[in-house]
Amino acid sequence: MSLDIAALRKEFPMLQRQVGGKPIHYLDSANSSHKPNCVIDTMSQFMREGYAPIGRSSYTLASEASTTYEAARAKVAHFINARSPREVVFTKNATESLNLAAQSWGRANLGKGDVVVLTHMEHHANIVPWQMLAAEKSLEIRWVPLTADFQLDLTSLDSILRGAKVFAFTSMSNVLGTINPVRELCDAAHRAGAIAVVDGCQSVPHMTTDVQAWGADMLAFSSHKMCGPTGVGVFWAPEAMLDSMPPFLGGGGMISDVRLDSFTCAELPAKFEAGTPPIVEVIGLGAAVDFLSGIGMSEVRRHEIELTNYAYRALKDRYGDDITIHGATNPELRGATFSFAFRGVHPHDVSQVLDQHNVYVRAGHHCAKPLMRLIGANATARASMYLYSDENDVDALVDALDDVSSIF
Amino acid sequence: MSNLEDLYREVILDHYRTPRNKGELPPPATCTEGSNPLCGDEIKIFLDVSDGVVNDVRFTGHGCSISQASASMMTAAVKGKSLDDVRAIARRFKQLMTIEEHDGSAPADVKLGDIEALQGVVKYPVRIKCAVLGWNTLLEGLATAQA
Ligand SMILES: Cc1ncc(COP(=O)(O)O)c(C=O)c1O
Repeated sequence: MSLDIAALRKEFPMLQRQVGGKPIHYLDSANSSHKPNCVIDTMSQFMREGYAPIGRSSYTLASEASTTYEAARAKVAHFINARSPREVVFTKNATESLNLAAQSWGRANLGKGDVVVLTHMEHHANIVPWQMLAAEKSLEIRWVPLTADFQLDLTSLDSILRGAKVFAFTSMSNVLGTINPVRELCDAAHRAGAIAVVDGCQSVPHMTTDVQAWGADMLAFSSHKMCGPTGVGVFWAPEAMLDSMPPFLGGGGMISDVRLDSFTCAELPAKFEAGTPPIVEVIGLGAAVDFLSGIGMSEVRRHEIELTNYAYRALKDRYGDDITIHGATNPELRGATFSFAFRGVHPHDVSQVLDQHNVYVRAGHHCAKPLMRLIGANATARASMYLYSDENDVDALVDALDDVSSIF
Repeated sequence: MSNLEDLYREVILDHYRTPRNKGELPPPATCTEGSNPLCGDEIKIFLDVSDGVVNDVRFTGHGCSISQASASMMTAAVKGKSLDDVRAIARRFKQLMTIEEHDGSAPADVKLGDIEALQGVVKYPVRIKCAVLGWNTLLEGLATAQA
């Protein structure tokens, strides 16, 4: 059974939006996704009918709100196959989650000369927090290189990892759509005695996540890329790991006691949730997880493979060698995100012309400058699709590119 | 929907396809780098200044049609001009690129000629940064050349 995309699209109010009297073709979902009615309605209904602060007050509504908030945590835990909701920490976004990994675990466990291994396809969010720590602690950062078609080059992985304490990598490239072999990478990290930190931003919204099958030690992702609202992200780690880590941000909510000369931390996961959390957004994320689970992540993935295949063929059939799609050609090895170069026209000019046709792609360095240097470009145009994207969107992209040729 | 032809005027595309004064100047000409961190556009402006005159100017760089055409037009407009004139032209250009009220600091009688074609950029606020990159780098370069 395949997805009824037309019905699905009706659930997303933003996809009904017209600009200049014409429909829009949103091809920037790797940046941020649109939100279905169930997420919008859950949040708005909660604010209208159920809103109360959580965790601190004991009146009926506060305890109801706490229950709803904790139910969202349980949904997220189930969605990524965590052993328990106690392993799920809510943050502001994936960036904060990765900073948490570096600042809490990294500060406590890394010292002069210790090695952190990253890959050449990381987002700045999984580079800069480690560089900041490296500068402070005199760490060494090593990089896993890429092959000519922008897959991770695993030939010397074991020697790169030798002696490393951390291996932090993305499960899917936000520029190229390359899907990395997470299980294999976690195993390699563990063979070397390193922990495996997975930046799941790009894969969690699009395919099944199973932290236990991966054997990962930490996972970071953002709600806003998976049909949920902005303002909330997830940090996951096993309980024993979270127990061993010092708190990241200090304040209310994360303590069990404060005296003039000391404090003691609250239990998990409150220990890592200082201050009033994004209550409404967490509940919205819970609705997004229900929505995705209702569809089934394998269905989402199947749809995206088909669509990627379709897009690849449509672009190549029309433009042949005038278009270069970076990265893997096999849709099984990539997500529905692709960067492309078109007839030597600068990506900003490409995206400007496409915008005129309501085709929304992103042009720029995609927060992955080390990767851009390898690609040999200051910028690329990137089209990224999601469960609500359809062949119409692809056709609109293909047609609009004609106009790029005619202007330049 | 606004019209793309307003943005991509023929003069602009001409400067983009056949940039003027593209290349480097050897020292003692000064070299000043500018970049647009958001989109990754990069530019270098080489300036040969003496006796209060821009004798020669060249540029190198990568960027979109707007940033490259604007830099090319800029070099054509300032080559051989006195520093006072160059500054007046640059001020006038930056006025052209602002949506805000003008402060009257650039005399209205400064003629921009072809450069006026870049006026269409103002309708696309995110592209203004592209258009002014070369000019801001020029102003920095003038400060260096005179120091
Ligand atoms: C691979 C990857 N990592 C991290 C991030 C950062 O996510 P956020 O900006 O939501 O913190 C992104 C988002 O662009 C991403 O694509």
